[in-house]
Amino acid sequence: MFAYYLDLAFRSLKRNKVLTALMVIAIAVGIGASMTTLTVMRLLSGDPIPARSAHLFYAQIDPDPTPGDRKEPYDVIDYQSAVDLWSAHRADRQTLIIESPVRMRAPDVNLPATMPTMASITADFFSMFDVPFQYGNGWTAEDDTKRAQVAVISADLNQKLFGGANSVGRTLRLRDTDVRIIGVLKPWRPSPLFYMVAGAHYANGDTADLYSKTEDVFTPFFTGLELNDGNFSQYTCWHLPDHPGHLRNSPCVWVRLWVQLGDSSKVAAYKQFLDGYAAQQKVLGRVARPQNTRLRSLMQWLDYEGVVPSDVRLQTWLAFAFLAICLFNTIGLLLAKFLRRGGEIGVRRALGATRGAVFAQCLVEAGMVGLIGGLVGWLLALAGLWLVRQQSVPYADLAHLDASMFLLTFVLAIAASLLAGVLPALRASRLPLGLQLKTL
Amino acid sequence: MEIRPIEFRPILASLRKHRIPAMLIVLEIALACAVLCNAVFMISQRVNDIHLPSAIDEQGLVSATLRGTDDKLVGSDIPRNLAALRGIVGVQQAAITSSLPLSHNNWGWSFGTSPDSALANRKNINVSLYFIGEGGDKTLGLHMLQGRFFNADELADSKFDTAPLPETHVVVMTRSAAENFWPGQAALGKTIYSKPYYYTVVGVVDDVLRPNVYTQNTRKSYDAVYFPMSAAGSKGALSYYILRGAPQDRDRIMREAEQKLADLNPGAVAKGQTYADIREKYFADMSSMAWMLVLVCVVMLAVTAFGIVGLTSFWVGQRRRQIGIRRAVGATRGHIMQYFQTENLLLTTAGVVVGMGLAFGINIYLMQHYEMSRMPWYYLPGGALALWLLGQASVFGPAQKAASVPPVVATRSV
Repeated sequence: MFAYYLDLAFRSLKRNKVLTALMVIAIAVGIGASMTTLTVMRLLSGDPIPARSAHLFYAQIDPDPTPGDRKEPYDVIDYQSAVDLWSAHRADRQTLIIESPVRMRAPDVNLPATMPTMASITADFFSMFDVPFQYGNGWTAEDDTKRAQVAVISADLNQKLFGGANSVGRTLRLRDTDVRIIGVLKPWRPSPLFYMVAGAHYANGDTADLYSKTEDVFTPFFTGLELNDGNFSQYTCWHLPDHPGHLRNSPCVWVRLWVQLGDSSKVAAYKQFLDGYAAQQKVLGRVARPQNTRLRSLMQWLDYEGVVPSDVRLQTWLAFAFLAICLFNTIGLLLAKFLRRGGEIGVRRALGATRGAVFAQCLVEAGMVGLIGGLVGWLLALAGLWLVRQQSVPYADLAHLDASMFLLTFVLAIAASLLAGVLPALRASRLPLGLQLKTL
Repeated sequence: MEIRPIEFRPILASLRKHRIPAMLIVLEIALACAVLCNAVFMISQRVNDIHLPSAIDEQGLVSATLRGTDDKLVGSDIPRNLAALRGIVGVQQAAITSSLPLSHNNWGWSFGTSPDSALANRKNINVSLYFIGEGGDKTLGLHMLQGRFFNADELADSKFDTAPLPETHVVVMTRSAAENFWPGQAALGKTIYSKPYYYTVVGVVDDVLRPNVYTQNTRKSYDAVYFPMSAAGSKGALSYYILRGAPQDRDRIMREAEQKLADLNPGAVAKGQTYADIREKYFADMSSMAWMLVLVCVVMLAVTAFGIVGLTSFWVGQRRRQIGIRRAVGATRGHIMQYFQTENLLLTTAGVVVGMGLAFGINIYLMQHYEMSRMPWYYLPGGALALWLLGQASVFGPAQKAASVPPVVATRSV
């Protein structure tokens, strides 16, 4: 029966090519636009590290001793709290993160110096975040305390400086210090760059920069602090720091602390530890609001920060409004099409076809429009994503249609066209039989 | 020939028979109208943002940044570099500053207007700080509105000690900043404070943008102040060499300046950019969003138009016999045309009425959830007019086809 309906649908679609083309175009354009924005949306709102995100937490306390009520702590913490909490080693794994621009060149490579951003982190960073290595590996906890002069570089930088060869053991000059490369990452592109996210909720949705590539150079936390002293910038300060750029023991917040906690009891215990630390610091007069500790999971943190750019969310809304317009259009056209065939339907009904059969036949025809529309819509979505890649947004290189979105294109197209077909098919199957035959 | 008023009743009667398709067209037009109004409003806002005025000579300005320099040597390096840059053919002015409008390189600070204003004081106003060397006003092309720029002594004496604020007591601010600190009063001679630092306003310049702008709050985007800064005391804060020449020379000047700085400072990183590029880059996201909105509007209107064409054509086909009868009993082609045009007008009108309400609602929603401002009222009738025109344009073809139905059709059985 289905094959027969398919054949009927095919004949009917061929009969009025203009109307068919209009319907296909309407569905295709709607699907193309919504799949383009949905792909970008999924890309930007997704989990940057699905295997680990449930166990990663962002720790915050409010180290500002100025009295007054503030509901939320600052997005980052001060040096002393960060180092205290980190060196207590209460979590399964933990890393401190700071960033700074640093002058860099490879002494034995004939390329001019550049000013990349350097992330200074502690040893657990690589294992916590599942960072993939191409050559070599990260450093040890001992290297952290010893302030080892080592660095891990990104695949991009390795390509640029060393043509992609194994550069482990070679030298990088960071400002005036020579460090030894001990690891080269595989291409690694968490989206967003979750471990650096801070302060995004002040950005009014202008958050595209959170989707940039990773830093090119990673150095041990204390090594980085030492070699690039004076070049660190604070997130904010509650009074004037004595030496701008030298933020150790300054009245400023600027350090991120990420912890990995294996299960919920450990999460509870760590939160207790944070609270205890804040209370103890309150006694010492260093903290005014000990209740302002937070331990958000990675996804909670991204949600709190509102990382998805508002332009992208707006575009998604727009695309779906657009799809709705296209659907209304298709409903109208299908209705016109089915009702025009009143005579034919009347004959089928008179020959014994049930209402259900007519309804099913009409839906098959609508579904077929959806299928063709989906195919064209998929091409349009590919074109749309190509357009996104041509833009100068930081996430441009990520905009590709993966297998699941490819499937979703067709599911959405057929679902939309069936939805559009229900009303016209119902109407067609309810046509008064006698009237239709009489007009023949 | 008598001129008959347009008859609505037969049209309404026939529409009642086609209630669902008629409703669909109305809904489609309503949605299109709502989306169109809001999209065009968003486009216009973005275009405004992209063209935010900034009272400096953007066309002739070139910047060359030098980063990674040795703070101890800048006292002698900066004058040497500037002298070399002034030697480039076509350079009329050269100076050094800490940052430029729209450069993303923001140095913010909060000041108050009473002597006990400390940094943490919440009533303080946050401003962007620009530190600028000798000749900076002329190179940028700042418009002095009141007072004066810094004199040679102020420029030579200003330096950083241990704090991130300069050891000087003079400041030049933008008109907007002055208005925000002292609404309705003259700013000249007044003082801003951040305990223990204080600065007296010696000049007010026309509005210059901050390194980062607030696109929805343009008033805040101009809160910038200029401090004098000596090369020797700048501690690495001065890294933007700015040059001014004729607009047609700017690309060449940019390349030569970058080369010259790189040659003179082998240890540092030099990067040249024309100011036009800086502005373009800053607003690149915004302009691509604006183009996307334009694309969506065009395609959406096209889809809506096709929908109207399709459905009206269908109606025309369905009513061939009735049209023939009307023609046979004396209706002119004009009458038939008018019938379909009036029908479309009625449907579009119903659509835009619903659509304007919807547009308003969407705007309110966007205002709550996104940084959107209130849509001016005239966008609503504007959107309505656009859809009326679109409706009439797309019904024209099918209506003409209807008008060409010969009266003889009436005499044939179907």
